[in-house]
Amino acid sequence: MLETLGRTSLAVVGELGDFALFFGQSFASAVGSRKLGRRIMRALYEQGVRCLPVIVIVGLFTGLVLGLQGYYVLNRYGSTSVLGELVSLTLIRELGPVLAALMLVGQAGSALAAELGIQRNSEQIAALETMGASPHAYLIAPRLIAAAVSFPIQTVFFSLIGIWGGFLSGSLLLPLSGGVYWASVHASVRGPDVRECFIKAVVFGLLTTAICAHNGYNTHRRSRTTGARAVSASTTRAVVVSSIAVLAADYVITSLLVGN
Amino acid sequence: MQSRATNSPTPGGTAASASAAPTTVSGEFLLDVRGVAKHFGELAVLVGVDLLVPRGSVVTVLGKSGTGKSVFLKCLAGIVTPDAGEIRFDGHALNAANAVARAEFRRRCSYLFQSNALFDSLTALENVALPLESTTQVPNFEIRARSLEALRQLELDRFRDAHPGELSGGMQKRLALARAIVTRPELVLFDEPTAGLDPLRRNTVFEMIAKYQRQLNFTAVLVTHDVPEALAVSDRIALLDSGRMRFQGSPAEFARSDDPTVHAFRDSAATLRDTIAAVRRGEAPLSAD
Repeated sequence: MLETLGRTSLAVVGELGDFALFFGQSFASAVGSRKLGRRIMRALYEQGVRCLPVIVIVGLFTGLVLGLQGYYVLNRYGSTSVLGELVSLTLIRELGPVLAALMLVGQAGSALAAELGIQRNSEQIAALETMGASPHAYLIAPRLIAAAVSFPIQTVFFSLIGIWGGFLSGSLLLPLSGGVYWASVHASVRGPDVRECFIKAVVFGLLTTAICAHNGYNTHRRSRTTGARAVSASTTRAVVVSSIAVLAADYVITSLLVGN
Repeated sequence: MQSRATNSPTPGGTAASASAAPTTVSGEFLLDVRGVAKHFGELAVLVGVDLLVPRGSVVTVLGKSGTGKSVFLKCLAGIVTPDAGEIRFDGHALNAANAVARAEFRRRCSYLFQSNALFDSLTALENVALPLESTTQVPNFEIRARSLEALRQLELDRFRDAHPGELSGGMQKRLALARAIVTRPELVLFDEPTAGLDPLRRNTVFEMIAKYQRQLNFTAVLVTHDVPEALAVSDRIALLDSGRMRFQGSPAEFARSDDPTVHAFRDSAATLRDTIAAVRRGEAPLSAD
C-alpha cells in the first residue's frame, strides 16, 4: 500500500517535472526560430478561425439559457432588472473563459494531440531531430504563442455573444425591457471583471495547449499500445486532463483574484 | 576528440568480431563504430557491433529482419542512445559529445527514413527547404534556389507544389532523398530505402543513390535486404547477425565467403529454388519451418 503510494507520488512528480521542462523548452526554443511568424499565423487560423463557429453557437445558447433561468429566478424576488448584471458577470468572470476553453480543448486541443501523435508515429518528429531542428521550436512554440492570443479573443467573442443571447431571452422572448437589460450590463461590468476574464483565458490557453501538445508529443511513451490506438489513447488523455486542469485552474485563479 | 592509430578495414573479408576490429585513423574512416550494444528491456538487440565506414564509400549493412539493423542505424544517427560502445564520426566520439558537437554532427549527417517521414501538411518544396530553414542561417532566396535545385536533380521540380500524399511511393522516396541531400551532408544514412517498392523502382532508387553519392561525394550507410542490388552499389558489405557483425568486406569478398551465415543470406534465392524443385519432385518433406 505504502509502496504503491510512494511509486504513484514519484510518477506524478516526475510527470509534472517533465511537463514543466517541456513547457519551458518550448518557449525557450522560440527564440531565434525562423519563419516563426508564419507558423504562428497557421496556428492562429487553426485555433481561432476554425473554432469560431463552435464558440459562437455554444456562446449563444449559453446566453439564451442563462437569460431564461436568470429571469425566472430573479422574477421570484422582483429583481428582473438585474438580469443583465447576472448574465454579463457570470459570462465574463466564469462561464466565458471556462466554456470557451473547454470548447477549444474539444476542437483545437484534440486535433493538436492527434496531429502530434501521428507525427510521432510516422517519424516526422524523429526526422526533425535528425536534421538538428528543434521539434519544440517547429511544432510546439507556435501553438503556445497562438493560444496566448487566440484564447482571450475567443473568450471575448463567447462572452459578447452570450450576453447578447441573454438579451434575446430576456427582452425578445420574455417581457424585460431591452434598455433595462443593457443598462444593467453597462452598470455592472468593471475593469477587474474583464481583467479576470483575460487572465483566465490566457492561463487556460497556455495550460490546455501545453497539456495537449505534451500528450501528443509523447504518444510513444504514454500508452502501452502502439499505432492508431496509441494516438487515440493520447488524444483522449489530453482532452480529459486538459478539461480537469481548466476547472482546477479556474478555482485557483478565482480564489486568488477574489481574495485580493 | 582524438585520433587513433590505424589499419585499413579487415582485409580479405572476415567474420568480424569486436576483438578483431582494427584501430583507425580518423582521416581514412568517417565512421568508426566499436562494441555498440543496445537492449530493450530483457531483449538484447545489439551485443557489440563494430563497423568501419571509409570516407566517400557506400557501406551496406545486410541482415535478416529483426536483427537490429534499423536500431543500429538509429544509434549511428543519434536517435537511439546505445547502452555501451563508442561511435566516432570524423574522429570525434559522439557518445561524449556536447550539444554543440551533436548539432555539428547533425548538420553534417542526413537520415533517410524507411517511412520517408515527410511532412504531409507541407508541399514538396517546403519539405525539402525544411532542414535549411530550421538549422541554418542561409538567406531565404538561397534556400529556395537550393531546394529547387535538389528537386530538379531528383526530377521532381514539376511537383514542387504537390503534397507528399499526392505523390507515388517512388516519388516520395525521391523527395525524401532530395530533403536528405539539400544540406550537402557528408554522411547519409539510408534505412531500407527500397522497402515496399517494385523491382524497377528498387533499381531506380539504387541507381539514384549511386549517382548522387558519386556526384555529391557523400559517404553512405545503407540498411537493406536486397542482396544483388547491395552488391552492385556498395563498396563494402557488412552482415549483422545475432546482434554482431558477422562479416565485413568488399562485395567480391562477400560473394566468395564460405561463412555459413553469409552463404545462407547470399544464396537464399538459389536455396529456395532448389528446395521448391525438390518439393515438386517429392524428394523433400513439407515442413512448417
